[in-house]
Amino acid sequence: MKHPLSRREKAMAKNTNSWVREKIFLGMTPRDYIISLFTVPNLIAGGIIALAVAVMIWRLFFGLGASTNLSDNYPWGLWIGFDILVGIALAAPGLTLGTAVHLFGMKQYHHFVRPAILSSLLGYIFAVFALMFDLGRYYRIPYLLGGSWGFTSILFLIGWHFFLYINICLIEWSPALFEWLNLRKLREFFNKLAIWATIFGVVIAGGHQSALGGLYLLVPNKLHPLWYSSLLPVFFLLSAIFAGIAMVIVESTITHRIFKSQIENFSHAEFDKLTIGLGKGAASALFIYFILKIFAIADADTWAYLDTPYGYWFLVELLGFVLLPVFFFTSAARNDNAKLARFAGLITVLGVILNRLNVSIVAYNWDMPAALKYYPKWSEFSLSIGVVAMLVLAYRWIVNRMAIMREHPDYESSH
Amino acid sequence: MGISRRNFLGRVAAITGTAIFGSSTTAHALNTSNERNWDLWAKKSKAPVPEERLGVLVDTTVCIGCRRCEWACNEWNKNPNRPIKEFEASVYQKESVFNTVRRMHAENFTVVNRFINSKDSTPIYVKRQCMHCEDPGCLSSCFVDAYRKTKIGSVLYNPGVCIGCRYCMLACPFDVPAYEYNEPLNPQITKCTLCFDRISQGSVPACVEICPAQVMTFGKRSDLINLAHKRIIDNPGKYVDHIYGEHEVGGTSWLYLSSVPFDRIGFKTDLAETPIPKLSKGYLFGVKMFEIVGAWPLVFGAYYVISRARKKAKESHETSAEQKGEGHGEKH
Repeated sequence: MKHPLSRREKAMAKNTNSWVREKIFLGMTPRDYIISLFTVPNLIAGGIIALAVAVMIWRLFFGLGASTNLSDNYPWGLWIGFDILVGIALAAPGLTLGTAVHLFGMKQYHHFVRPAILSSLLGYIFAVFALMFDLGRYYRIPYLLGGSWGFTSILFLIGWHFFLYINICLIEWSPALFEWLNLRKLREFFNKLAIWATIFGVVIAGGHQSALGGLYLLVPNKLHPLWYSSLLPVFFLLSAIFAGIAMVIVESTITHRIFKSQIENFSHAEFDKLTIGLGKGAASALFIYFILKIFAIADADTWAYLDTPYGYWFLVELLGFVLLPVFFFTSAARNDNAKLARFAGLITVLGVILNRLNVSIVAYNWDMPAALKYYPKWSEFSLSIGVVAMLVLAYRWIVNRMAIMREHPDYESSH
Repeated sequence: MGISRRNFLGRVAAITGTAIFGSSTTAHALNTSNERNWDLWAKKSKAPVPEERLGVLVDTTVCIGCRRCEWACNEWNKNPNRPIKEFEASVYQKESVFNTVRRMHAENFTVVNRFINSKDSTPIYVKRQCMHCEDPGCLSSCFVDAYRKTKIGSVLYNPGVCIGCRYCMLACPFDVPAYEYNEPLNPQITKCTLCFDRISQGSVPACVEICPAQVMTFGKRSDLINLAHKRIIDNPGKYVDHIYGEHEVGGTSWLYLSSVPFDRIGFKTDLAETPIPKLSKGYLFGVKMFEIVGAWPLVFGAYYVISRARKKAKESHETSAEQKGEGHGEKH
């Protein structure tokens, strides 16, 4: 990660064991640090991001018409469907783990809380960052907070909740930041504030996760009857909950492998046990979701649609990515098979991605002729993937420096 | 009005944008009609003049497809236009715009489409534009409150606050609002204003005025509904017994009569009578109630749990410290 540094600081870093060298360069000299960045994954990520930045510039210079396949029939495409709907659902770990540990007192999971909060924080920040390229007049975003309030709009609720929730995540995350900066007093203050932030965060996050589904309440004539339901907000909230848990399973699997050196007293058995425990939680949420989906079909009497191409696709989503992980999680719990629980976590995450894209793109304007339908342009994929790459790099940058995966030796555990 | 803050911000952005991006952003002819009508309304709304709900009744059985209404609309709203002869010629051309069903776009607020009557294979021409809902979905969906339903009937859009999120385009059940996709810096939504600038001066909409076949009747909405019912009764067998727009999504200012079922001439017939805003109202109320009322017990309950847990932790910490004779532990 290149950090802007003055020449003097660079000189200092070279000669002395300075603050910058310790904090930014992980104890290496700037030269060694930059050399250490040239790895194959970094170069791939760099290429992806470079292309995404090119697309961003393209969008800013020539507008959405040139850089996307959006049309008057499809005002919302991949940048809303993936970056916002998928991104925010997968940024729910902070909500689920915060609730479990701080509200329900499941202290055994407290090791997962800081990584979960960090992924929520970065998830929201980068989702909103990507959104800026989709908004026609992104520079007017402050109007939302002051000036012109559309109280009847669900989007207004979401906008405000995003703003509040990013602040909440910042507060929750700030103890790690202040430990890194060694600011003890600020750390203590924000550590106390963090518990309150978590409680408000549960309310705020629950509100806007459901509101994202609420957005589509207005389009009963555009969204396919199998996906449209007056229960959409409930579906989005419930699926955000199991998405959050499944993301913790997937993320922790990856991070425990990559950042293994950071975790002291790492116990495989303990980690596997907790993973299976998380899987149980996800399975319950998934099953309630499945039952409610069936109720929604029965209530709207849309059974006949199941025997159509859209119906088959709906069944793939519901049986393959909701019901199947329920069985996997249950079996994993019964046989103490953490590997299966991790696999089920991955399927669950993919299922939530599939669901959000179905609602926003595939099943939207379902009765429109194929020629008028929307297929994302390469540039839309490029920007979305690039933003994900930025998120991953930012996550790694922070985890390598701050006490996210580990306890800071100088500070007492806050849990 | 002077330069308001948002105008100023917009202008600064426009200027810096032009400076950075060169001339690419200034090449587009921006639509001015929506802004002009909004400003007019903003001025007028302060004067307490009693206004009646107006509307237009379209009798699709008499339309000849001359497309003069499209021309007049472009002319009045200063949209890009072509000679009127080209519009009139479409009816006779083999390769004409009628061969595909069109929708409204950023530079045309109204379109005439052709459908073929399956009974006698005669053409049916249908003019489309914003329906000007009584309870508009676009208005309720807008998160910066950029829409108004005027007393006179027009649904107006204010480009001055629009952020360009395009949620109104989703919310509209008639797919009316269009977006200036090729404008990188100051894109707007564009739509028909029901010629607010004309009808508020006592005139009729530009499309109604130019129509040579008296397809459209402009007047009080309640009168138009009576007139439409009368026409259906007076001409048995000529019309289907339905006025499109009387009840759809809570009623619209534009009303239609047809000789064939409406789904055969491009209208959505699966629209409920519930206005679009009602679909989200219950949910919004629920969330607000939960967050304002329901959240507090949750917060205090949590506080209780936390303080009790902390007390417990402190006690066990002390006892363990006594037993092991240690200072600060990293135990949890």
